[in-house]
Amino acid sequence: MNRYTFTQAVDADGAVREKIGADVRFIAGGTNLIDLMKYNVERPDRVVDITKLPMRDIAEAPHGGLRLGALVTNAVCAYDTRIAERYPLLREAILSGASPQLRNAATTGGNLLQRTRCYYFYDVDTPCNKRQPGSGCPAIGGLNRIHAILGTSEHCIATNPSDMNVAMAALGATVNVRGTSGERAIPILDFHRLPDDKPEVDTNLRGDELITSVDLPDEAFATHYTYLKLRDRASYAFALVSVAAALRMEGGTIAEARIALGGVAHKPWRRPEVEALLKGAKPGLQTFSKVADALLEGSRPQSQNAYKIQLAHRAIIRALTQAADGTPQSVADKAIL
Amino acid sequence: MTVTASDHTHAIPIDLHINNQPTRLEVEPWTSLLDALREQLHLTGTKKGCDHGQCGACTVLIDGTRINSCLALAVMQDGKAITTIEGLGTVETLHPMQAAFIEHDAFQCGYCTPGQICSAVGMIKEGHARTADEIRELMSGNLCRCGAYSNILAAIEQVMGANISSEKVAA
Repeated sequence: MNRYTFTQAVDADGAVREKIGADVRFIAGGTNLIDLMKYNVERPDRVVDITKLPMRDIAEAPHGGLRLGALVTNAVCAYDTRIAERYPLLREAILSGASPQLRNAATTGGNLLQRTRCYYFYDVDTPCNKRQPGSGCPAIGGLNRIHAILGTSEHCIATNPSDMNVAMAALGATVNVRGTSGERAIPILDFHRLPDDKPEVDTNLRGDELITSVDLPDEAFATHYTYLKLRDRASYAFALVSVAAALRMEGGTIAEARIALGGVAHKPWRRPEVEALLKGAKPGLQTFSKVADALLEGSRPQSQNAYKIQLAHRAIIRALTQAADGTPQSVADKAIL
Repeated sequence: MTVTASDHTHAIPIDLHINNQPTRLEVEPWTSLLDALREQLHLTGTKKGCDHGQCGACTVLIDGTRINSCLALAVMQDGKAITTIEGLGTVETLHPMQAAFIEHDAFQCGYCTPGQICSAVGMIKEGHARTADEIRELMSGNLCRCGAYSNILAAIEQVMGANISSEKVAA
């Protein structure tokens, strides 16, 4: 690890001021940042400990729903009874990710900022446009079995590795941040970005901003939901493809649908105009298949990951079926029904 | 360490309660909890496997919660209670989980064992494992390259008692 200056922030404004003008990283759970520092991918001049800030509560949000403090750990969030009852989709997504030890340390804010697991990003002996802008992308034409099929650019084909983010995208969460010029609320779909010609920038968070909380909207999709995660190992592995599906059913008809895909793009992949196709529809294989076609429209395989297109297509259909039936995928029981 | 906004580039004094012993040590800001335990305090029961949070060999309990000590900065643990394998039992009086691991032959080379045992103790305290499938899932952060998983499961089941259902329960 590189040598850095360590500071403990005493309040949010102080933390934000610390962030100005230098290569500064906030640290909370540290499960991703410390790992990246050990690989010399991250070499900050300054590390600011934000764990003393009062951002550990889960409370009713001002306009309905729940507000998760940025320092709420993934484990505390997933096992909170309010989350379990009202946002089981978020709970299941979080519990499908990482390991219990990591979830005990990792925080809500940190998970939002989790960086890609692209092999080349982690290996400082290789070029990587995300790590070293302009150096090239060896994943294109290289080892790219785990990489993106949607929203890629000629500069980067990395994926966002988070499960939590996929569920939050489906739920339509809002990320509350504070910077030197005040507070703002960023809709989750605008929080992460596609690589375009700036793959070094993962999110639209500004340099001086601190994530303070995440608001989950009142509409929770607590009955018809699933988080279906497909991966190389049945536990403790990143998604090759994941699907967060949430439906609001009226009688036997779909009144509202949300579908977010993980493991396929630089950000959780949602297409609200495609979800609208399900409004008023009855659940069924043909309907779900058409939706899967539309969601994956424009997908572009790399040399080793064409399998993801068919895998994602089948996963979307299966997830929508599970959601419609009210039979969510179990994290512990690995059988996919 | 008091909560201040002052800068630290050199060793910082911290107070820990390690295995119920008040312990003061000075750590550099980039020292992991794992390295502080092993290199400074010579508590070598906690193992360094991957050093990247992938294997679980370095699992310890912080204020009773299991974490990967390789991905925790020592400087951030000021005032915390740390329990390592050395704090769970003694040679004369084994912790029930240690005794169960021996009884069920739940290790071969033993390198992952301190992490497995700390993790299992933490898992039981969390209280979310009710079935064998759930124990497997909630112990998935601890790898055993010898493949003693079935015996590790048996040892944990024994400590948890009869409240384990072998049936699969929906989440």
